[in-house]
Amino acid sequence: MTNLKASLLALAATTALTAFAFPAQAEDSVFVPLFTYRTGPFAGSGIFIADGMHDYLTMLNERDGGIGGVKIAVEECETGYDTKKGLECYEAVKPKNPVMVNPWSTGITLPLIPRAAVDKIPILSMAYGLSASAQGDTFPWIFNPPDTYWDGFSQILKFIGGQEGGLDKLKGKKIGYIYLDAGFGREPLPLIEQLAKDYGFEAKLYPVAAAEMQNQSAQWLNVRRDRPDYMVMYGWGAMQPTAIKEAVKTNYPMDKFISIWWPSEDDARGAGDGAKGFKMLNWHGSTPDFPVIKDVQKYVVDAGKSQSPKEKVGTTLYNRGVYNSMLIAEAIRTAQQVTGKKVVTGEDVRRGLEDLNIDAARLKALGMEGFTGPIKLSCSDHNGHRPTFVQQWDGTKYVKVSDWIEPLSDKVKPLLQADAKAYAEKNAPWPARTEACDARS
Amino acid sequence: MFYREAGQYKTTYQADMSVFPILQDRIGLALIIVAALVLPLVAGEFMIASVMVPFLILALAAIGLNILTGYTGLVSLGTGAFMGVGAYACYKLSTTFPAINILVWIVASGFVSCAVGVLFGLPSLRIKGFYLAVATLAAQFFLQWCFVRVPWLYNYNPSGAIEVPSRTLFGIHVTGASATPTTRYYVALAIVIAVTWIVSNLVHGRVGRSFMAVRDMDIAAQLIGIRLLRTKLLAFAVSSFITGVAGAMMVFLWLGAAEPDAFNINQSFILLFMVIIGGLGSLIGSFFGAALIYVLPIIVRATPETFGLTIGAATVEHLTYLITGALIIFFLIVEPLGLARLWQIGKQKLRVWPFPY
Amino acid sequence: MSFVYSIFVDPFVQMIGAPDLLVQTLWEGLVGGVLYALIALGFVLIFKASGVFNFAQGIMMVFAALTLVGLHEKGVPAFLALALTILVMFALALAVERVILRPLVNQPDIILFMATFGLTYVLIGLGELVFGGNPKNMITSELLLPSGSLDFKTLGGLVSLQKIDIAAAIIASLMVAVLALFFQKTRIGRALRAVADDHQAALSVGISLDQIWVIVWFTAGLVALATGIMWGARSNVSFALEIIALKALPVLILGGLTSVPGAIVGGLIIGIGEKLGEFYWGPLVGGGIESWLAYFIALAVLLFRPQGLFGEKIIERI
Repeated sequence: MTNLKASLLALAATTALTAFAFPAQAEDSVFVPLFTYRTGPFAGSGIFIADGMHDYLTMLNERDGGIGGVKIAVEECETGYDTKKGLECYEAVKPKNPVMVNPWSTGITLPLIPRAAVDKIPILSMAYGLSASAQGDTFPWIFNPPDTYWDGFSQILKFIGGQEGGLDKLKGKKIGYIYLDAGFGREPLPLIEQLAKDYGFEAKLYPVAAAEMQNQSAQWLNVRRDRPDYMVMYGWGAMQPTAIKEAVKTNYPMDKFISIWWPSEDDARGAGDGAKGFKMLNWHGSTPDFPVIKDVQKYVVDAGKSQSPKEKVGTTLYNRGVYNSMLIAEAIRTAQQVTGKKVVTGEDVRRGLEDLNIDAARLKALGMEGFTGPIKLSCSDHNGHRPTFVQQWDGTKYVKVSDWIEPLSDKVKPLLQADAKAYAEKNAPWPARTEACDARS
Repeated sequence: MFYREAGQYKTTYQADMSVFPILQDRIGLALIIVAALVLPLVAGEFMIASVMVPFLILALAAIGLNILTGYTGLVSLGTGAFMGVGAYACYKLSTTFPAINILVWIVASGFVSCAVGVLFGLPSLRIKGFYLAVATLAAQFFLQWCFVRVPWLYNYNPSGAIEVPSRTLFGIHVTGASATPTTRYYVALAIVIAVTWIVSNLVHGRVGRSFMAVRDMDIAAQLIGIRLLRTKLLAFAVSSFITGVAGAMMVFLWLGAAEPDAFNINQSFILLFMVIIGGLGSLIGSFFGAALIYVLPIIVRATPETFGLTIGAATVEHLTYLITGALIIFFLIVEPLGLARLWQIGKQKLRVWPFPY
Repeated sequence: MSFVYSIFVDPFVQMIGAPDLLVQTLWEGLVGGVLYALIALGFVLIFKASGVFNFAQGIMMVFAALTLVGLHEKGVPAFLALALTILVMFALALAVERVILRPLVNQPDIILFMATFGLTYVLIGLGELVFGGNPKNMITSELLLPSGSLDFKTLGGLVSLQKIDIAAAIIASLMVAVLALFFQKTRIGRALRAVADDHQAALSVGISLDQIWVIVWFTAGLVALATGIMWGARSNVSFALEIIALKALPVLILGGLTSVPGAIVGGLIIGIGEKLGEFYWGPLVGGGIESWLAYFIALAVLLFRPQGLFGEKIIERI
């Protein structure tokens, strides 16, 4: 009997907390939810991003009192890189009028794309998500600066061409592509096919299933058999350190191993000395020696308001989070300027993102001189297609080893346009753009 | 005192054999359905979109699995993949024939899933118990691999994901971004009520009894004339049909887009756990299990905020895991036969209340 | 015709054409198989003695490795951390026996299986709460485990054997031998087998179920620790490792749920079969077949021998 009573009480207690309306947002603040993952198989990458994003916005609150005098209300929602939890986070934050959403997972971004226009919340999927969302005319509410995955691959190819003495020298070469067998890894495949045809190289594909991320010996055995001249990796989370370790194990020449912009220092460090020479794309600094990072350290890390260990501040993925938050803050500021309001809404920030223009002078004012390059978005270009550079692991840190590389826009842009058109057709009726263009660009 | 059968006379055999013989049971059921219909008027959007719609869909999938594992005793770990088959079938049918009503396609995709389920159910004739679970695991991983490797399934999308097209029913959007959570909730509720009613009749009838006979001792069942091959395959068929429909609903009424990862092994395990903790061989148990395993973590996650405590999001997540695991162990110790048995005991106590027995 | 050629002839041509790659693939398969077998060993131990299919074995592996590395990160010297981790696994065994197994004595297997699922959730939450979610590197050098590789220039190419893999194989074989002897020759081993047959009968002849279960879960915890160290050394220590534990299921099928040598043989068959299949036949269908090949191998064996290769013959009575 007591057992039954106890269990009934427990049942009653657990069902007592249902159907709560969530408290409305406090006035005079701008709500920015952060969809982060500090748990799960992708936490290895997600934790740094989360810390960087959180700390920059907190720094703005502490140092400047917010943006334009309005504080930023930052709230993290844990998604674990799971689409279902991500959607739950989205539904949970919607009543609080977020000004934008950063899903940090292509899997979560894809279901949100059609909802953005209906819910009037812009999505900033920085350098991930649906590449075609660069086309602002088809996707007025989605933004993915500074580069798409297609730009990234073309930049890697250009770098390889530079190593070989020209893109025409790629004829007959083998380029291996190892990728996470999920949306974001598969996205560049049409571009790779196209470029392989155009430049005459042979593309070898090595998919890695998400459940087999830590068991890549078969893929790297295949690499050993095929002996590609270069290896390109599109990975995330636990896939990256395993790939680097396996590459070292099979004695693949590390300086020919180039990854898209997602590895961190820890991913390369785990493989020991053999990982020296490993390269990756980047578009911002990966050290703490910039005024903006120093401010973050002073106002947030040293003041005990950060979850990040001190030695991780200023590393590649931490700075990536800082860059993302910088875009958020600048979008809010631009929205405030364009509308004249202090407490802006999602629709205002959409305009802010479209009118985003961060030039060299603004970068200097932000403390980001030398940290990254200028970026300008427009109504039709929601990406910017900015150049990136290649950085190389030297055993302790990443060092920039190339100049700024522009993407192969003449190859990438037609594919983006075609893909955007195909998306709109497949998801007909896809609403035509009705949002006005501020014609600032 | 309130829940007695005293005074309720049955005058026909049909009335005597009814599923809910006690009037109070029927009133209770009617109240629950009315409450479910009225819920959108009182609950917030988060409750409808993120709690009720997924709960209904997962409960339906749990019913499907319960038929296979609870009623027929065939442990299946491939439920996630069968949901995926339903989802992809619905996507292909809906994009190839956009003019036809989406509800028709949701039901039709169940039949596709049914066929695949029967195919992977064939080893059940030779393999039993836990070993069969591993055979269904083969189905799970193979089908998940197919979802990625066969580009025809996702219409050659470069992202590899399926996106739900916008579909209307009587002029109201039911799928796609313009569909309001309330509409989706009602559609899901209608489908779940219909399927539950059909399944309830199934398990209370001859077919259900043959399932249970196979579960209890299949050799004895064979001896009394139940054809094992047909019964087991029928169980797989019915179960896969229901989980296929649930999968199609999951993508079309809840997520809006899906990558193959949405139907991974975790989904299969979670459904199995819903069925076990809810109560094997019980329809209401499927609903209880879905509530405990899916809704409880949401409640735990929402609790700190409702009480005004600021705990880091990751810490909340860790605590949710801890609390959910602890509650599962607690409920299992208290009632190993699942929450449905607790419900039964509760009803039994109510029937003799205020007397102890 | 070329289809038939590419399935039945070409892979063997490739095997003979590049024998060093064949040996390398076989070695990788062997190593993978040994590691799967270690995970399967934990399952077998617990199933043999308590009839519980321990879903939490994978997470116990991660938890043990995390404890080891986490303690070392806080400044505890490596071997002391190892000793402390062993103590933690003992405490875990005690807790599991007291909280989960004792109240659920003689319940149907599926209920106990479900309880281990609850245990998994608890360990995930606890592990992440205490040690954090970011991946860590296994402390191989501090544990005096070798690193680097032995390279043989034979068979027209290079065969490279990682020293850590050789160490893993040796440690696994030692563990299997010790455990097999333990079960066959010692009094406690006999008691374990008695408990596996029938809990109540074992109780009636005076075997203390509680003690036996603590011993068994502790041993499984030790196996989980060894497995976690080896797997962690190959990639890194994070919660993604837990998914690999699923691969132990086909190994258990092949080897039978109650046979220690069966776990090893099953592991080797699955490991080698999977690698060979993925390497030589995988590219024909686009790769990535490693995720399901092991299960199909197990399924094929089951269709001919429903009790697995080493399992006890299933006798059904009415």
